[in-house]
Amino acid sequence: MSDFAQDLTLQIPRLRRYARALTHDSAWADDLVQDTMERALGRRWLFRADSNLIAWLFTMLHRLYLNDVSSHRMARAVSEDSAPELASSGDMATQLDLRRALAQLNPEHRAVIVLIGLEQLSYKEAATILDVPIGTVMSRLMRGREKLRALLSGETEGLAAAATPFLTRIK
Amino acid sequence: MNSPPIRETDLHAYVDGQLDASRRAEVEAYLAEHPAAFEQVQHFREQIQGIHREYDDVLNEPIPLRLSQVSHRRSWPHGLAAGIAWLACGAAAGWFAHATVQPQNISVSPSAFARDALAAHILFVGEKRHAVEVPAEQEAHLIAWLSRRLDTPIQAPDLHGQGFSLLGGRLLPGGDAPLAQLMYESKIGERLTLTVKHAAQRTDQTGFEILEKNGISVFYWIDQRYGYALSGNIDKPRLLSVAQAVEIQLKRR
Repeated sequence: MSDFAQDLTLQIPRLRRYARALTHDSAWADDLVQDTMERALGRRWLFRADSNLIAWLFTMLHRLYLNDVSSHRMARAVSEDSAPELASSGDMATQLDLRRALAQLNPEHRAVIVLIGLEQLSYKEAATILDVPIGTVMSRLMRGREKLRALLSGETEGLAAAATPFLTRIK
Repeated sequence: MNSPPIRETDLHAYVDGQLDASRRAEVEAYLAEHPAAFEQVQHFREQIQGIHREYDDVLNEPIPLRLSQVSHRRSWPHGLAAGIAWLACGAAAGWFAHATVQPQNISVSPSAFARDALAAHILFVGEKRHAVEVPAEQEAHLIAWLSRRLDTPIQAPDLHGQGFSLLGGRLLPGGDAPLAQLMYESKIGERLTLTVKHAAQRTDQTGFEILEKNGISVFYWIDQRYGYALSGNIDKPRLLSVAQAVEIQLKRR
């Protein structure tokens, strides 16, 4: 295996985590990871050795995800079965609430929350990956987290209605 | 000196660890006096922790074959395209042959192992919160778990004499067998990783060899059925002395 292919293989766990958090569907997530890897191998000469491989891969994965969303794959219901097993049953209820709340966020808010909170990227890196200005990253982050907070505290009225139109708004 | 007032964006950047030290201190002072903001910050932290609890297990799931095979399956158009790119860069024709004719099998050569170790070092050494899967506080569990997954007893050498303490470890996908990665940290935050591989076949013993990339050095060696790689970006004589300490301790096994 070449250096590049090896580096790519080592990123599979993180790509899977990112994709799972975006889609909340393990089969869909692994499809995205596979497409991303194939695309990365096909375009490897476009990758600059001194740049950040995971950020480059996240960028591709995110575009593929948006393509899927716009081609109505989003219609697939969030499958509770495909969710990862809970580590401890004590937090089961809280964790289930969180899972449901995350599933209700629109793709844009979800992506920002995941890139920054889960993947620990900087706001600037997230802006590059999502191809939006850094101010947009900040405002999506704030709105996304406030929505999650409202959903988790049971203030779901109006929020669900606010989130739904996004699904059709994605270009 | 007047600093800008604390805004909502500062609270998020504080939670995300994206403020410089002086601004962070200002936010902390603000939080001490504003319970509502403090409560908000706590809530955002809980959200982040909850998201980690929800998805971090994915990192430890076995990788489906269809994914691990993608990078081995070098289809002709890709190889050809890569070869053309090499030529366009002015690389010698010899490289073209080398790049495309290279066999597809997963190499188990020591240098391939060292490259795996190096890539894994780069991947995890910068992680602030998730540098290791199992922390050193659960050392007994860590060692038992890695030993079970590598199907052989694994030991974590004690490197306190060299100024490094065990941070924890993780399991990594390797070409043909899993790898164990143990991470050590010095008092000033320098990190080393020791990657261990266990091969089914006894391999010829080697002395220390070195691989270097982007300022990071890897000393690697084979001892019977074990491959070891010690990676870090401390200066080479120091890294070598740590490698020697590791080798001496593991030989006593």
